[in-house]
Amino acid sequence: MDARRESEPAVMKNRTTVERKSGRELVVTRTFNGPARLVFEAWTNPTLFRQWWLPKSMGMSLRSCEMEVRVGGKYRLEFEPDGMAFFGTYLEVIPHSRLVWTNEESGGGGPVTTVTFEEKGGKTLLVLHELYPSKEALDAAGTGAADAMVETFGQLDELLVTLGASAGRS
Amino acid sequence: MVQYSPAHFNASFAALSDATRRGVLEQLGRADASITDLAEKFHMTLTGMKKHVGVLEQAGLVTTEKVGRVRTCKLGSCRLQEEAAWIERYHQLWAARFDELDQVVEELKRKEKADGRKKRK
Repeated sequence: MDARRESEPAVMKNRTTVERKSGRELVVTRTFNGPARLVFEAWTNPTLFRQWWLPKSMGMSLRSCEMEVRVGGKYRLEFEPDGMAFFGTYLEVIPHSRLVWTNEESGGGGPVTTVTFEEKGGKTLLVLHELYPSKEALDAAGTGAADAMVETFGQLDELLVTLGASAGRS
Repeated sequence: MVQYSPAHFNASFAALSDATRRGVLEQLGRADASITDLAEKFHMTLTGMKKHVGVLEQAGLVTTEKVGRVRTCKLGSCRLQEEAAWIERYHQLWAARFDELDQVVEELKRKEKADGRKKRK
């Protein structure tokens, strides 16, 4: 297991912002304390990607994570235990600076995701931009994401109960 | 999370129990409109429409704003709160992901340092 060093003093976390720019667009920004090539690597190397993309707090895990990071290449993420999948195609790949891909799991309603990596003084400003085909699609995605999160928190609750039940901590 | 009080629920249900008012909400979901527009669209008097809009406003489903002589109606804050709530959940998800990504980046930095400058372009 990739044991994180929880005991390490917490570094000050950078702020994540989310903004609905228009009816069809959602923008997430965050700065990382590292050069763009490393942040980019964490987005394009499947082994690294799966270490962060499903935060432990979600209580879910990936069965598989395949990424063919080149223009026209495919990616596919499959969840445990039911095999639900996210998949799509890379439209643009500019090393250390820009990634664009489609999200095809929900038919034509999925967004096109653009991630840019902008390095400044050893830090990287990451901007994730999702452009939905319509306002309705974004509204629906919001509801869907909300439902998914409720479900996830439900799973977390269950997990906590299980953990509480097996009182003798290992 | 958005909190709804029972009184709020009752007001909402009462407001939604009428077909014209549901139609007005549907209409405002597409675009804001003045009371005059709405009265015309639903073939009723200005006074009648004012009453319906008043009920919707009471329930927080619609807000109105008077500019000059025109009172414009739009969908109320309930909807906005819902939207704010899902943006917040979306924010939590990405903030959690990125906190973990911080760790991955730290690990990569450490590794790169240990490997010397082998990887430098």
